[in-house]
Order: sequence, then structure tokens, then C-alpha cells
Amino acid sequence: MADALIFATLNGLVTGMLLFMLASGVTLIFSMMGVLNFAHASFYMLGAYFAFAISQQIGFWPALLLAPMLVGVLGALVERYGLRQVHKSGQVAELVFTFGLAFLIEEAVQLFWGRATQDFRSPAALDFALFTLFGQDFPAWKGVMLCISVSIFIGLYFVLTRTRTGIIIQAAITHPQAVANLGHNVPRLFMVVFGAGSALAGLAGVIAGPVLTTFPGMASVLGSIVFVIVVIGGLGSLTGALVASLLIGLLQSWAIASGLGMADLLALLGVSFPPDHALRDLWRLTLPQVAPLLPYLLLVLILIFRPSGLFGKRES
Amino acid sequence: MLEVMDLQAWYGKSHVLRGVTLRVGEGEIVSLLGRNGAGRSTTMKALMGELQVSGSALFRGQQILGLPSHEIAMRGIGCVPEHREIFPGLTVRQNLLLGIKPGQKASRWSLEDMFRLFPALGERADVPGGVLSGGEQQMLCICRALMGDPALLLVDEPTEGLAPQVVERVAQLLVEIASKGVAILLVEQKLGIALRISRRVYVMGRGQIVHEGTPAALLESDAVRREWLQV
Repeated sequence: MADALIFATLNGLVTGMLLFMLASGVTLIFSMMGVLNFAHASFYMLGAYFAFAISQQIGFWPALLLAPMLVGVLGALVERYGLRQVHKSGQVAELVFTFGLAFLIEEAVQLFWGRATQDFRSPAALDFALFTLFGQDFPAWKGVMLCISVSIFIGLYFVLTRTRTGIIIQAAITHPQAVANLGHNVPRLFMVVFGAGSALAGLAGVIAGPVLTTFPGMASVLGSIVFVIVVIGGLGSLTGALVASLLIGLLQSWAIASGLGMADLLALLGVSFPPDHALRDLWRLTLPQVAPLLPYLLLVLILIFRPSGLFGKRES
Repeated sequence: MLEVMDLQAWYGKSHVLRGVTLRVGEGEIVSLLGRNGAGRSTTMKALMGELQVSGSALFRGQQILGLPSHEIAMRGIGCVPEHREIFPGLTVRQNLLLGIKPGQKASRWSLEDMFRLFPALGERADVPGGVLSGGEQQMLCICRALMGDPALLLVDEPTEGLAPQVVERVAQLLVEIASKGVAILLVEQKLGIALRISRRVYVMGRGQIVHEGTPAALLESDAVRREWLQV
């Protein structure tokens, strides 16, 4: 039991921190620009595909650097020449624009790489167990994923709280016009934040691609969970994004590892049902089976009991 | 220094400013008076590039209408907006440092000057701006604008909601700022202060300038005050 819990916790941390790399971008862009970017997970997918293409030419490590940079530049261009123009037409137009962009990217990916899953692998040099505990291996690549995502979190925290640019970003989150009136180029700042957020999503794609498989549906698989996280954490709250990402990552991972079923839980309460009961399918449900539903269940509960999210300040 | 001619502005489809013409000279304090809704704050916003506008506004001979807000600020116009708008989550020091413009080399005002002018800000330099009193937040907002070394300062309702002794301190500060050669265009509800510290005044009504003159002339003109200023 202890071994399962330890590995589930480690896997939950890896997933949680990966989700944070995406959720932080969505929440930062939302709080600054008021744009809920539905195409954010598409940049994550582009990161994986770009890295796959680059790694075939010049190897994985250059791809780890180049792919997020490419995605970041693409994100900045989307903001500069797309969103900034659409912004004049209001928030609904922006929302529809990012929706359309998500479809466009998905179609483009299928056009260039096809519908099949790509054979994108982590570097062979990291194909070993980082450590073995209770007879189970923890892959080195997952360790690298955790290191990269934790470093990104520390870096993001440092930039936002200790650098002048970060402080300007913090000020622009609440009072963009006042920041512009002090001589700071707020539209350019928006472009940089959008680009940086996209690059982070791209980096998440590069490190997750080899583990979660690189295929055209990878954006929609993770995209919906990212939005659940942003709503649970509270729209616009970075702390909320971190807590909710870890919560979802760990919750899912523990649920999968637990192997508990509805029958076990009912047995604890002293309730049992005959095997031929009309609702037997419901009693036979196990936690690993419902694990993918848990984030959405949590979302519904949060929306009922705390609509602004765990750390959100906005009411709408 | 600032020559505004036939300034028109719109909020969406509402035509709010209907041809404002005014002038602010080097180092002088000019007040923009009028009742609520007369268009005074809208004039400030229009000059800072926040609205859809037409007409002309020459600052040091160069057109500023149509420029984005940050470029207007970079040309030397500082802004102390209505309702203060300090950054509540940032410390007093961070608020002030954000006033320094990108690439700014020198300034007539340093952080130390600000703390000397307002010891309260110095004592609370590392606390979040949001916990300051209304008066302290107003001082912070004015000081933040000064850190960018503006040649012209647009100040919108600086004494709104402040205690009488704080109002007096704000008035002294504005005179002190002007004595260092900074021109001030002031929107002020409290007539007494505006008339005391201004060299010239404009009165606005229905989106236009309806009277222009010295404070003494306005004091003598009962008709103007009755029609456009008294509530």
C-alpha cells in the first residue's frame, strides 16, 4: 500500500506541475487581458509536434529549447496581429477567435503530420530508472519533467515578484490604463505575456509529448482539464492555479492507484448488495474508473459552493 | 506648452466633448472647473489618449491626439487620475519606482525627495499601497506621476474625499510642484482651493468651455458662477 501511495504521489506531482505550466499561462493571460484563451492547449500540442519535428533533424535537447521559443513567437504574433485587432470588437469576438484558432491549429497539425500518433520519445540517454522503490521503477524522464516544471514555477515566481517587468505585469493586471499613463507600453507587455504563456505551454508539450503521446487530440484531452483547474483555482489567481493543478494531479493519481470500489466504501458502512441487484453496475464502479470524472465533479462542486474559485477575487 | 483646439470626444456613440479649446503655459497652474458631468474628467482622459477623439492638442508644438497613452506619457505629460488608482498589491516603493519611465535617464524628483516631502510614505515604504489612508494614497499617486519627471501634470480631483487638513497639504504640494517648473492642469471640485492656487481658470459646461479668465475675474462674475458652478 505504501509503495502505491508513494508512486501515486510522485506521478500526481508530475501531472500537477505539468498542468500548472498550462494553467499559469491561461490565468495570467486572463487576468491581464480579460481573454479566456481556448487555444492555449493547442500551443501545448504545437510544442510537442514542433519538438518531434526538430528532434528528428537535430536531436531532442535542441528541440527542448527551440520548440517552446517557436511556439512563443507564434503566440506573440497571434496576439499582435490577431487578438489585438479582434479586441476592438469585444470579449465575445475574442472568445470566438481563440475557439477558431484552436480548431485551426488542430486541422493544421493533422494536415502536416496526419492523424496517427507520432513516435516522439524522450532521449535514449534518459531511458533508465531514476530509483527503484519496493521493486517499482521511477523513470528518469519523469524526474526531468518534475525538475523542469518546478524550475519554471520558481522562475515564474521570481520574474513576477522580483523583476521590474514582473512588477509592471502585476500592476497592469489590476490597472492597465494607469500603467500606460506612466509611460509603459501596455500593448507590448500584453504581447510579451501572451508569447511567454504560449512558450510555457509549448514547453509543457515538449516534456509531456513523449509520456502522454503526441497525437492531434492531445490538446482537447488536456485543454478541458486546464480550464477546470483555472476555474477551481479562481480565474486570474496564480496561487489558485498552482493549488488546483496539484490537487487535480494528485486526486486523479491517488484515485487510480487506490483500486477502491463503491462496494468497498459501502462495506465500510455495513451495506452490501446481492450480486444480481438491478443497480449492480453502479455498485461495481471502482475509483480508477471514475478518476477521469473527478476534476469535473470538483468543478461542479466549486461552482455551486464557491463560484469565484478557491483563490479567485472576481465575482464574474 | 499645451494648446488644445476644438477637442471633441465620444464614449461609444455619445458625443461628450463638443469642442474644447484651452491653453496651459510653462510652469502655470490652470484649473478646469464645472459641475459633475460637464466634461472635465473626460477632457483629461481624452488628452491621455483613452478615448476616441478629434480636434487638435499640441504639446510643445507636437500633436498628441491619436497617440497611445504610453507615448503621450513618454512625451512629458504625467497623469494623476480620478479615484487615485494606486497599485494596491504593490509596496509604496514599488508604486513609486513604476513611475520611472522606460529608458528615463534623469529626473528632477528622486525617491528620497518623495520621502522627504512625505515622511509618511518613507516610513511605510515597504507596506502595500492598498493599506494607506485616502490622503496617503493621493500623495502616493501624485509622487508616482512626478517620478516620471513630467513637464505637465494632469491632476483629476485630487482632494476628493479627503479631510480638510489633507486637502490643504495637497494644495501646498501642487504649488510646490509648479514652483519647480511643472505646469499643472487641475480638475477640482473645491472652488476655494482652485481659485487660490491657479493662475488661470476655465469653466466647463455641456462639454464646452463656457468661461475663461483669472480667478479674480471669476470671483467677480456672479452670473458665471451661478449658471455653471453652483449646485
